Amino acid sequence: MISATPLAGYLLIAALLFAIGLAGALTRRNAILVLIGIELMLNAANLNLIAFWRFGEHPEALTGLMFAIFSIAVAAAEAAVGLGLVISIHRHLRTADLDQINRMKG
Amino acid sequence: MSFVFYVVAALTLAGALSAVLLKNLVHCALAVSIAFAGLALFFLQLDAEFVGFAQFLVYVGAVAILVVFAILLTRGSETPKKTEIFSRTWLTGLAVAGAIFAVPAWAVLQAAPWMIHTTEKPAVTVQEIGNALMGRYVLPLEIVALLLTAALIGAVIVAMHEKEGRNS
Repeated sequence: MISATPLAGYLLIAALLFAIGLAGALTRRNAILVLIGIELMLNAANLNLIAFWRFGEHPEALTGLMFAIFSIAVAAAEAAVGLGLVISIHRHLRTADLDQINRMKG
Repeated sequence: MSFVFYVVAALTLAGALSAVLLKNLVHCALAVSIAFAGLALFFLQLDAEFVGFAQFLVYVGAVAILVVFAILLTRGSETPKKTEIFSRTWLTGLAVAGAIFAVPAWAVLQAAPWMIHTTEKPAVTVQEIGNALMGRYVLPLEIVALLLTAALIGAVIVAMHEKEGRNS
């Protein structure tokens, strides 16, 4: 069944990558590893966009391709700001452990 | 499904899994750049050459270096102590991730026989992409340029030393 439609294979790989990234973002303690998990999730979404563009009806309209390009740009900006925040938090609290950063806890 | 697909899929998933599971943060950064490279190979295989090379440049080049810099600046490269590398609520996180995977996987397997499948290779040149970026997509392009500028300034300001603020 999957061998008949390559799109299903790509979608399954993307779902698996998204789940791995989500598990990393939810379970790891270090803030940098959480950011890596988020990057993995964004990349899985990009794989979905490209796969649907490739096997879709009108690839000449370039919609999925453009969406993926803009998504990569936004993800790069997000990574820069996120890692800057991690460095700033580490400078203030001397830790990057998310279980210890609970200053805003009520 | 070709042989190459399975090789690239195994590479990507192994990279992603070890990035999430490894103890040493530098090893994690290395593993995640392998996963990014595997995704770039997927893009190349899907005839999206421009996006594939952009992925190589942005992720394997820039984001991986940024992650390594952040790890070294936050002393994450030191060998972790005996404390757990996973959060206290790791079981809940794992259950949520498994449920999130199960739903799209079930949907994809249900819909697989009816899926669209265009066999002919889309002939997209970089010139067409450039024309589209300068024509139909010029407004999103400008917004992304503004966003990247704001993110650059924001990241520098956030990570900058704050000596003046502390003295006053």
